[in-house]
Amino acid sequence: MTDATPLLELRGLGVQLPGDGGPRAVLHGIDLTLGAGEALGLVGESGSGKSMTMRAITGLLPPGAQLDGTVRFEGEDIAAMAPSTLRRYRDRGVGMVFQDPRAHINPTRRIGSFLTEALTLNRGLGRRAAQARAIATLSEVGIDEPERRLRQYPHELSGGMLQRVMIASVLLAEPRLLLADEPTTALDVTIQAEVVGILDQLRRDRGLGMVFVTHDLDLALAVCHRVAVMYAGRIVEVRSAERMHEENAHPYTRGLLGSRPAIDHRAERLTAIPGRPVSAFEAGPGCAFATRCAHVQPLCRERPPELAPFRGGLVRCHRVAEIHQETSDGTSSQEATA
Amino acid sequence: MTASTLATSSAAPPTRSAGPRSGRIRATLTRARTALGPSGIVAALFLLAVVVFALIAPLVAPADPNAQSLLDAYAGPSPEHLLGADGIGRDILSRLIYGSRTSLLGPALVVLVALAVGIPLALAGAWYGGAVDAVVARVFDLVYALPGLLLAVLAVALFGPGLTPAVVALSIAYVPFLARVVRAAARQQRVSPYVDALAVQGFGAARINVRHILRNITPVVLGQAAIAFGYALLDLASLSYLGLAVQAPTADWGVMVSDTDALMKGYWLPVVLPGLLIVACVLSLTVLGSRISGERPQPYLRRRRPRPAQDQRRRADRTSRSGDQP
Repeated sequence: MTDATPLLELRGLGVQLPGDGGPRAVLHGIDLTLGAGEALGLVGESGSGKSMTMRAITGLLPPGAQLDGTVRFEGEDIAAMAPSTLRRYRDRGVGMVFQDPRAHINPTRRIGSFLTEALTLNRGLGRRAAQARAIATLSEVGIDEPERRLRQYPHELSGGMLQRVMIASVLLAEPRLLLADEPTTALDVTIQAEVVGILDQLRRDRGLGMVFVTHDLDLALAVCHRVAVMYAGRIVEVRSAERMHEENAHPYTRGLLGSRPAIDHRAERLTAIPGRPVSAFEAGPGCAFATRCAHVQPLCRERPPELAPFRGGLVRCHRVAEIHQETSDGTSSQEATA
Repeated sequence: MTASTLATSSAAPPTRSAGPRSGRIRATLTRARTALGPSGIVAALFLLAVVVFALIAPLVAPADPNAQSLLDAYAGPSPEHLLGADGIGRDILSRLIYGSRTSLLGPALVVLVALAVGIPLALAGAWYGGAVDAVVARVFDLVYALPGLLLAVLAVALFGPGLTPAVVALSIAYVPFLARVVRAAARQQRVSPYVDALAVQGFGAARINVRHILRNITPVVLGQAAIAFGYALLDLASLSYLGLAVQAPTADWGVMVSDTDALMKGYWLPVVLPGLLIVACVLSLTVLGSRISGERPQPYLRRRRPRPAQDQRRRADRTSRSGDQP
């Protein structure tokens, strides 16, 4: 692959779902690119459009949904793919790890048939060869007694084990792009760390591109190279993970970072973002975050801001420069008094 | 479909499967027992016995079902005729045993044909939704509105009496009875996450439907099929009783019930026994069907009298609420 064609490229991606009074936009102008071996975090609250973006990437939109813009995988527009090409893309191009493995694995079939079905059907592998590979991959993701697991049913495995099985199923397909949709949300914290470790290791070893969706900004910063913060179906800030703590500029990103406790200093109160998250279709003509923003000005309510470069990242805010000025002054004066 | 397959494919998900073969069989039996419950086990064993008797009829029947001996006409139970003989001296027990063959074959065909037609339509409707589903659903509604018996009578009027026209007509009439349930269950599966996950893995619609969705709704389909089998048995027996399906000399429960001559003369055994068998089979199939499709006996239905205090409070509630309304 050359640098000219990225692994995954979203251009002006928008999705409209049929609603009560006409179509409702749930995604607006999403622009993202991802190279091979790169990990991109997608962070936002519930309803911010993270999962819908994933669905758009796999071409798996709910019935009646209308897609705007393009999703290109290795330069090819997936909306224009023929059904056979699309199936091939889903089979070998993209692999998806879902949030709730228990719901996403057919409960009435054994782990073995779940893992080998794609191999025997789409790859023409023999039963034994497929089983051997399934066993090897299960041990690769840290499952003991893999031979026995193949004969078990999903309900006999714990959530963490099942998530590893799901990851194994994705690896068996050897995709070039790995989509992880909140892969650790349904797991308890110790298992979370292991699963994230496995995903990260596999990305490095195999040079996969990975889109990691989570509502945990810190987790995304730890796992990914770049992080895109989403709000109300829009990307409000994109920045490299190392710079996010120092250079975060959008008021929403700041709100997210300010609303969680830090391990290295004590805070009397955590700051909360007032109000509730709005859905994309509820947003007014201006900035979607205007209703909750502490720095709102009349301009914010009138005209939607563009995603513009700011201090090494991209930020969607009219007043980002002014806010940065104010707060950096504020922090310096605070430090002076302290 | 036989009683034995029904009994082993239970609604409960299978448990630990590692181990020697005998252990696995024992586990399957235990599972079937818990899933079916006492009433279901009785029903399954009864049906199993009926099916076995039907299969080995020549071995177990004491006499030729059509052999007449006028001297034995209306003979009561005796060592020679265990359940007596009918008006022309045919052995009733033998006729009952041989009669189970035609009596079970007809409904089995009806259910199989109805499933073969209904399942693909129902799955297609559930999968594609929209216009396809609307057409499929309306066609089901339309056919559902036709009474099966009337359709069968019409078919007999057109093609003459016999088992084939009756079975064909009933098969058509039973398609919606089965397919509506399949469609509803498949629609539920269609939107479940694992189906999306399979689509992302690059599987096609046919594969997902047959290997995954159908497999997940198998208990529902089998349960409904068992119930349909019971109804079809009753319908075909009725048609045979009316002389429209199985024809008179052939041993068939429905034909045997129509022996009004015996009844007029006060001999009830030749008529009541096949009737009882029909009732027992239909009842067993219904019980088994509801157990397979996952219905459990509801304990609150068994408690005849609700606790009085609660009852009064509820009644008071209801009166005050209705009193509030202008």
